[in-house]
Amino acid sequence: MGILVIAEHDNSSLSASTLPTISAARQLGKDITLLIAGYHCSAVADAASKIMGITQVCMADAAHYKNGLAEELTPLIISQVTEEINYILAPVTTFGKNLMPRVAALLDVAQISDIVKINSPDTFVRPIYAGNFLATVQSRDIIKVITVRTTAFDPADTENGTAQIESIVATPMVGISEFIKNEFSTSDRPELTTARVVISGGRGLGAAENFKLLEDLADKLGAAIGASRAAVDADYISNDHQVGQTGKIVAPDLYIAVGISGAIQHLAGMKDSKVIVAINKDMDAPIFEIADYGLIADLFQALPEFSKALDTLND
Amino acid sequence: MKILVPVKRTIDANVRVRINQDSTGVETKNIKTGINPFCEIAVEEALRLRESGKVEEVIVVSIGPTASEEVLRHGLAMGVDRAILIETDELLQPLGIAKLLKAVVERESPDLIILGKQSIDEDNNQTGQMLAALLGWSQGTFVSKIELSVEKAIVTREVDDGLETVALTLPAVITTDLRLNQPRYLSLPNIMKSKKLPLDRIKGVDLDIDFQPRLKLLGLNEPPKRSGCIKVKSIEELVDKLQNEARVI
Repeated sequence: MGILVIAEHDNSSLSASTLPTISAARQLGKDITLLIAGYHCSAVADAASKIMGITQVCMADAAHYKNGLAEELTPLIISQVTEEINYILAPVTTFGKNLMPRVAALLDVAQISDIVKINSPDTFVRPIYAGNFLATVQSRDIIKVITVRTTAFDPADTENGTAQIESIVATPMVGISEFIKNEFSTSDRPELTTARVVISGGRGLGAAENFKLLEDLADKLGAAIGASRAAVDADYISNDHQVGQTGKIVAPDLYIAVGISGAIQHLAGMKDSKVIVAINKDMDAPIFEIADYGLIADLFQALPEFSKALDTLND
Repeated sequence: MKILVPVKRTIDANVRVRINQDSTGVETKNIKTGINPFCEIAVEEALRLRESGKVEEVIVVSIGPTASEEVLRHGLAMGVDRAILIETDELLQPLGIAKLLKAVVERESPDLIILGKQSIDEDNNQTGQMLAALLGWSQGTFVSKIELSVEKAIVTREVDDGLETVALTLPAVITTDLRLNQPRYLSLPNIMKSKKLPLDRIKGVDLDIDFQPRLKLLGLNEPPKRSGCIKVKSIEELVDKLQNEARVI
């Protein structure tokens, strides 16, 4: 039962999404190879070799792997699929979603998307209809290509592992697509999908500048900032903050939804949070149906009060 | 230039979907259906590219039972040039769909394929990437902006960290994200007219392709319900609960 895990990284460090993917792999078997394809990425391989539970790290270093283009990575992954490989796993991030179906199609196997539970070696649970239902599916393919919901598995331990690093031969450049640029927002706040606390704003915020009210609270709570689709569509905040069916899936210890009505598409991205707080002036907002604590209030009054209360708490 | 837009019929996004009696699927009887929202965005984008003069023909294709005609008629009412229905009553999954679409691509030789990034029912997010793989074409997924030239499509992708711009050599497959455009409203005369327009029909079995499902659905369940909402009266009470009851701050 060989398992190939595709690492997500930025050529200098391993992405947090890779760690729960390795935990999912460990439920499937012991022989786990982590594939790192990048450019000048040996620091990633060194760090990865210390992750508990992986057998070996395979590193392919070439300029055309630098930006994680699916067209370039797919032939490399296929080249690593020996007869011993029964599973190929990646996180269900935009990296994994973009890449893995391309791999599955060329292996002529189905992909099992966004698994949240492993029932047996061939049976998995995955959410459908915006998380309204959990489907149990069985795969009969010899190789199972899987994307893993990262909030559903604990991150693997990043210390005390002793995997060997093996350099592998790069596949030739395909050259049908070319990376041009990234526009990434930088922030000192925790990463949205791994933050312990997330505070999200919706259309109720009314304007981009009002997200400052959330930023102030986020600083005091050590929180990441999220948003509903409505807030992103209205240009209050950039797309990388969107939580929901088509955005990011989060499951923090505390999720605070401010001015978010709670469309099912938003709930799909946050309803597995441990504690949910909703602040909304509309008492009939569906967000209250899944919240643990609800405050019916005008957010422009409530948020400054919340901020003051936290100051008192921290004194 | 020619664009092919594969579209899917799904349960309407505003319907509260229920599990059927024996938990083998969702209740579909007397339920409102329509074009998958991401597919509608794909049709709109193809039409805008045609209206900009860069594209001559836009073709929509759907796969499924006769009822899938409704999403092709939706495309025709929006203004596409032609519609193709691959008729089958078989259960469809992304790999099989991608194989059937490949056969359509071989007949029609489009320069660009635009399709939704996922369907709102099964949330697989696979078909576009699989089709690109089977064709050996470049792919731009989760796209919020397209600039088309004769040989290339420059696309802006919505990725986890923000935006990424990639140049795709044509022919290419592009999958749409929500912010690519706002689809046009259908006028009543166009809806009426679309009902009489011809559709090309191809029997799925006649394509001689194995599109049998590979995954077996063993059952559907509802996720565990949350315990219920405690309404607090003030921020003071909320902070107290979060600190002393939930112990999360």
